[in-house]
Amino acid sequence: MIQIFSKEFNGFLNSLIAYIVIGVFLTGIGMLMWVFPETAVLDYGYADMDTLFSLGPYVFIFLIPAITMRSFAEEKKMGTMELLLTKPLSEWDIINGKFLAGFALVLVAVIPTLIYYYSIFLLGEPAGNIDTPGVIGSYVGLILLGGVFCSVGIFASSVTPNQIVSFVVAAFLCLIFYSGFDSFSSLVAEGGWALWIKQLGILDHYDSMSRGLIDSRDLLYFFSVTGLMLLLTKTVLSSRQW
Amino acid sequence: MSLQIQNLTKIYGQQKAVDSISFSVKEGEIVGFLGPNGAGKSTTMKIATGYLPPSSGMAKVGGYDVQEQPLQVKKIIGYLPEHNPLYLDMYVHEYLRFVGGLYGITGGTLRSRVEEIIALCGLTQEQNKKLESLSKGYRQRAGLAQALLHDPEVLILDEPTSGLDPNQIIEIRKVIKEVSRNKTVLFSSHIMQEVQALCDRVIVINKGKIVADDQLSNLLQHKGGSTLVVEFKEEVNVDELASIDGVSSVTAVTAFKCKVHVQPGVDVRSELFKYASDKNRSLIELKVEEHSMESIFKELTSEATEK
Repeated sequence: MIQIFSKEFNGFLNSLIAYIVIGVFLTGIGMLMWVFPETAVLDYGYADMDTLFSLGPYVFIFLIPAITMRSFAEEKKMGTMELLLTKPLSEWDIINGKFLAGFALVLVAVIPTLIYYYSIFLLGEPAGNIDTPGVIGSYVGLILLGGVFCSVGIFASSVTPNQIVSFVVAAFLCLIFYSGFDSFSSLVAEGGWALWIKQLGILDHYDSMSRGLIDSRDLLYFFSVTGLMLLLTKTVLSSRQW
Repeated sequence: MSLQIQNLTKIYGQQKAVDSISFSVKEGEIVGFLGPNGAGKSTTMKIATGYLPPSSGMAKVGGYDVQEQPLQVKKIIGYLPEHNPLYLDMYVHEYLRFVGGLYGITGGTLRSRVEEIIALCGLTQEQNKKLESLSKGYRQRAGLAQALLHDPEVLILDEPTSGLDPNQIIEIRKVIKEVSRNKTVLFSSHIMQEVQALCDRVIVINKGKIVADDQLSNLLQHKGGSTLVVEFKEEVNVDELASIDGVSSVTAVTAFKCKVHVQPGVDVRSELFKYASDKNRSLIELKVEEHSMESIFKELTSEATEK
């Protein structure tokens, strides 16, 4: 698994993917947080990081599928899948290696935004007047959400040898998971059902974490969606055996 | 037995790609796996390497069942897939180190092993290039290097020389010959000379069934018979030639020249000479054409089609 992880991660670094992803993420989020007047903290006047945490997921919806789209699609297209599967590796080694490499790249992109936290911390009146537990919860939520998106992307990549198809499918699924269920629940008549559907989506759990409350139910949700997507990937990979 | 295939069947949808074939390859043996395209060679190899599961039957490598202990099997197999897939964006060194890592080779051992295999496969000149910038012949060597890196007991090569020019073919063949000492090798090909040059034993497969499995020399003798090319100064009478004992058929090439097909194990050269002197004709050419692998291959694979 470590070999696959390092091969994938080196692949990101050796191609432009890593730099473009990190660059685009930080530029985009940086502009939104500090420059564009509608969303900038300076104009808004409150010392919080809501911009990052409410717009970050939308940036992820485009960026993470771009990271993961080639992971299996390219191996399939180039025929190197046969190479990997005839090496002493289990399918889980391959899937986890690829998943963790994508996830690691997301982490690397998110880490520099800690500077924003520090800046806003100092900007508060008095300095340090920021909802730190809320920020921690939001970070945990954002990172777990990155994990879910990575697993969705890996899955989408495993179903097709075409990277564009993989990207579009992944972005669509991410959007459905993030806000689709939430929007859908508002269509259904209120009551138990609406709540139930709402809880299937990421947004509900993400919001609850951003209040600074890390609930085991929310953690469980993120882990199980990630696990489920990876399990589906495993099923697709094994389907060559049918 | 280091490679054992028993009643192996693989069905793709409606089509039987491999139809209950059985064979085994002993330790240290080099076996050529022959057959026309679509005969089931690659499928058999993919099953033996654990990439595809069989529909029924069993494959054992080095005593391990491919279905039950896939990881053990994969550790002792070196496999060069058809079309030789490579990570084109990797450097030769990087690629080989990655593959070595997959087999759990690390540190100094890995470094020296990579050097060794690069020298063995003749990649020294190209070792610092990216795989995508290598020519087809060198890519094939990289593929071979990848299969040999962990010094596998069993080597499975799926058309190792396809698409190469004659010089490259000879060089790749040399590498295979060199490394195949003390290894069990199963390689597929549809180039007959290759089989002749490399292996002791041939398995011919057609439409998913084994049509011949024998020592090469036996196959050449029994199936073959021989063909004589005969040229006279005068016009040839084909019927007269065909009536000579031991001649199975005669085909005319030109008015003066013909091919005389002789039944296996018979020598008709002296009879031919006698015939020429009796009829007062001058025999200006008499050449024995060994029944080549090609014609045997043709015979075997078309026979099965008619059945």
